[in-house]
Amino acid sequence: MKKFYDGDIAKSPRIQKLYDHLFEKMPEIEADRAVILTRVYKETEGEPIITRRAKAFKAICEELPITIRPNELIVGSNTKSPRSCQVFPEYSFDWVEAEFDTVETRTADPFHISEEAKQALHEAYKYWGGKTTSELATSYMEPETLMAMKHNIFTPGNYFYNGIGHFTVKYWEVLELGYEGIIAKAQAELDKLDIGDGDYGKRAAFLRAAIMSCQAAIDYAKRYALLALEEAQKETDPTRKMELLKIAENCARVPAKPATSFYEACQSFWFVQMLLQTESSGHSISPGRFDQYMYPYYKKDMDEGKITREQAQELIDCIWIKLNDLNKVRDAASAEGFAGYSLFQNLIVGGQDKEGNDVTNDLSFMCIEASMHTMLPAPSLSVRVWNKTPDELLIKAATLTRTGIGLPAYYNDEVIIPAMMSRGVSLEDARSYNIIGCVEPSTPGKTDGWHDAAFFNMCRPLEMVFCNGYELGEQVGPRTGEVSEFKTFEQFYDAYKTQMNYFIKLMVNADNAIDIAHAERCPLPYQSSMIDDCLARGKSLQEGGAVYNFTGPQGFGIANMTDSLYAIKTLVYEEKKLTIEELKEALDYNYGQGFGTTKAQEVTTEIAKQLTAAGQKVGAEEIAMIYKQVMEDSKNHPKKARFEEIRAMIDTVPKYGNDNDVVDMFARDVAYTYTKPLLGYKNPRGGIYQAGLYPVSANVPLGAQTGATPDGRLANTPVADGVGPVANKDILGPTATANSVAKLDHGIASNGTLFNQKFHPSALSGMEGLQKFTSYLRAYFDQKGMHVQFNVVSRELLLDAQAHPENYKTLCVRVAGYSALFTTLSKSLQDDIINRTTQGF
Amino acid sequence: MYKDYLQVKGRIFDIQKYSVHDGPGIRTIVFLKGCPLRCKWCCNPESQSGKIQTMIVNGEEKVMGRDVTVEEVMEEVMRDVAHYRRSGGGLTLSGGECLMQPEFASALLQAAKDMGISTAIETTSFANFPMIEDKILPFVDTYMMDIKHMNPAKHKLFTGQSNEKILTNAKRIAERKGENLIIRTPVVPTFNDTPEEILAISQFARSLPGVKQHHLLPYHRLGSDKYEGLGRDYLLSHIEPPSNEKMEELLTVAKTTGLHVQIGG
Repeated sequence: MKKFYDGDIAKSPRIQKLYDHLFEKMPEIEADRAVILTRVYKETEGEPIITRRAKAFKAICEELPITIRPNELIVGSNTKSPRSCQVFPEYSFDWVEAEFDTVETRTADPFHISEEAKQALHEAYKYWGGKTTSELATSYMEPETLMAMKHNIFTPGNYFYNGIGHFTVKYWEVLELGYEGIIAKAQAELDKLDIGDGDYGKRAAFLRAAIMSCQAAIDYAKRYALLALEEAQKETDPTRKMELLKIAENCARVPAKPATSFYEACQSFWFVQMLLQTESSGHSISPGRFDQYMYPYYKKDMDEGKITREQAQELIDCIWIKLNDLNKVRDAASAEGFAGYSLFQNLIVGGQDKEGNDVTNDLSFMCIEASMHTMLPAPSLSVRVWNKTPDELLIKAATLTRTGIGLPAYYNDEVIIPAMMSRGVSLEDARSYNIIGCVEPSTPGKTDGWHDAAFFNMCRPLEMVFCNGYELGEQVGPRTGEVSEFKTFEQFYDAYKTQMNYFIKLMVNADNAIDIAHAERCPLPYQSSMIDDCLARGKSLQEGGAVYNFTGPQGFGIANMTDSLYAIKTLVYEEKKLTIEELKEALDYNYGQGFGTTKAQEVTTEIAKQLTAAGQKVGAEEIAMIYKQVMEDSKNHPKKARFEEIRAMIDTVPKYGNDNDVVDMFARDVAYTYTKPLLGYKNPRGGIYQAGLYPVSANVPLGAQTGATPDGRLANTPVADGVGPVANKDILGPTATANSVAKLDHGIASNGTLFNQKFHPSALSGMEGLQKFTSYLRAYFDQKGMHVQFNVVSRELLLDAQAHPENYKTLCVRVAGYSALFTTLSKSLQDDIINRTTQGF
Repeated sequence: MYKDYLQVKGRIFDIQKYSVHDGPGIRTIVFLKGCPLRCKWCCNPESQSGKIQTMIVNGEEKVMGRDVTVEEVMEEVMRDVAHYRRSGGGLTLSGGECLMQPEFASALLQAAKDMGISTAIETTSFANFPMIEDKILPFVDTYMMDIKHMNPAKHKLFTGQSNEKILTNAKRIAERKGENLIIRTPVVPTFNDTPEEILAISQFARSLPGVKQHHLLPYHRLGSDKYEGLGRDYLLSHIEPPSNEKMEELLTVAKTTGLHVQIGG
């Protein structure tokens, strides 16, 4: 007999109604949280920061407007309008104000903001100058670090301007004990302290703040109980009236007390999930192994006949809708890098327990079913795959993949568990992992992983080699010598490694500066109450309270750098078909297409300088004219034909992604230039650095800031996504691509790797298609690939969606470690997705 | 493990990975050059001549055909062994007509069997039966055989050869290995797309001992550019691929034989 139910379950009509309500209007920026927070900060000047944070959270829970949306069964919204967001001035604020008038019309993730909200925020923001984490972080950074960031070598924008997020709390503990139980635990820790202890003051303040925050969450739910009761009294439809009364009963009980039913467990889960995203603006707050910690409640209700499978499915579907109700506004540049309004709430099913047994259950299947019912980007649904994963689970997952929604993503236990153990995680904790955000493995309830700490563009250090570290009038990188001096490829490659090492160190400086700033200015007592070992250690997550502490910045551009360095090695140093000076010139002139933007700026600045020196007045208008002229002239270089010939020559050199051992092993080595140096660094929370290899969607905006590269890539175009090959350079089909990608050392990139594959729908047709697809997946994992995700849409459909967005409002596609609604993405990101190689014709 | 057959040489014109529509699992197809038939609809006209040729592809000259050893081919084929292992896939020989190079085809199949992967061939079986029996059948897991028409004259008109040898071989192969034999028919308008013609083929397939499957492959035009690239005329340019409705109609008719019939491989 099967251990689980893997059939289809009907979709409740309620889900469509909730879905429609969600998309009724454009998301809004609301001011309430910022106003309350600012008031409390003013009232508590001089008190310990942890106490101020707790008091602010309490006030927010008491005063934030609450609302029950039509037809909801699971309640709790931190905004009045659906899919809207609060703002978090404690991290940064000036960009919000600067973008007041453009945020509604920008291409990536637009938001409406009312005049009243603008006014309220304008008032609140007056308080925050000099008080934010981003300002403090800046003051901890070295000048060369700031310069490297200005030149876009790397960007730590995520945590620089926002909360950290990127963790999974002990949801199961809230379900089992209720916040009353957690308060009792904190109280017990408090009672254990001796007033005479050296660190008593700090620990006691933290524990009291944790208790106050848990109590605030209880009180917040009680407000909903009252509201539901009020609405029930007014409700004329008897069915809805009963529903509202049930909601009131649930909210009166949880999350204060242990959940006694599946419905209560769902409601309790939801309060935790949404309040975490009200305390801080950190994203990637990942529900993790929902199918595991919810299962006891489901099983008990099913065994006792208290719930039907359809009712349980409806509740799960309701949570899926609620996950899409949360939102976050980012600055215009970050919005490009995380396009699609995504909060990266990663939820994973399947896999093994801490003793190594497969734990696939009914809920694993019902979570996949919920994504089929809702067809929305959240949660970022993931599936853990290992040798004992039942085929039924993979077939069910493949059925969801076939819809083209880009979900789920697949993760390989067989690589991830040893990779985590190599970073000091115990066997039991490694087996219990879930995924945070896009692709980052982490032990739930025990980890502060800082999983998305920065984007490091591996193409830029190569540009630094070509310009000897000197760009736009500044010495940005080390002087590694003029390229003409390099007589062997080894000398050239060494120069690249020197540039890499230098900028990696500066990135660490930036991340650690931000880390210190968060500990000093934004320790978070609510989330810390639900992650081991904060209570026992008497300190917040931000101060190093977690059992496991990591910092995981991610490098991207491996494919471009592999193909670039391999082309240099082959054409310049082995076959001697061109000189390195010639190549440099061809790159400067963008293979005959005219300067890239950086080079054009540089030449313009130089001319302007000369003119000024000659006594001429050079204003903004003149500079614009010079720039235009420079661009025009550069397109008609006398060597244009040779530049084009060089690009054609590069095209004939073997490329990464075609199962060519020589090139693929070279790619492995190129990836090491990022992953290995990082391993030596430590963060202020007592943890270590670990590398990730993925760009989220930053390969598009950061590619726009990158000049032409020696792999033939033109200036200002996207860099390759994830660890996959350069788009359309893998020409031998999906098995060859997968074999190539699996040759990288995924284990060393313990913060995650990301492999995007695009399949044509015909490759997954029929049961046989699904079976072949899962075989393909397992074969990639047998070869020690770490992660893979799929877009299954035809190119024609995407082109049509681009031309007629009005017909495709609900088309959901895979972007990077997450899915998003295609029509909400910027044109350039849409183009990037369309251009990724489609396999399986 | 050194085997003599690894050094056997043959002529191929393409190797295609990740084939999921021809035979079980994920497969790699090796296309052997040379064919005794001249089907007017052939989508691989570069496969027909046994000689190495030049074809214009996207405006550039490309050499079609290269001489390789079994060892070289298998090195390429075995790159996807992880995928065969999981899917039950393996090597498929196609063409051209792979039986035109019997020693080479036999050696390739033996090599694949020795390496533990599944083997399949796509063939018209226009060849001498003793050779097929001796060199091919012992090493083939899935034998996909084309029966294009039951009428010898029409067969000769459209393929250049009569079908008698093919039909006789089909019977003999079925007698030895019918359970591994799949009959396939390209459905080509003006040639064999009437219900009567398809039914006749299906009934013949039904009469073969052990045979359970008949696959109908709709004619497509994907190869038409290649004729130009070879400096030849494409004789079927006036023909439209059969509609989905047409294929469904033929499917229904063929199914009356009781065979498992499907559209596509």
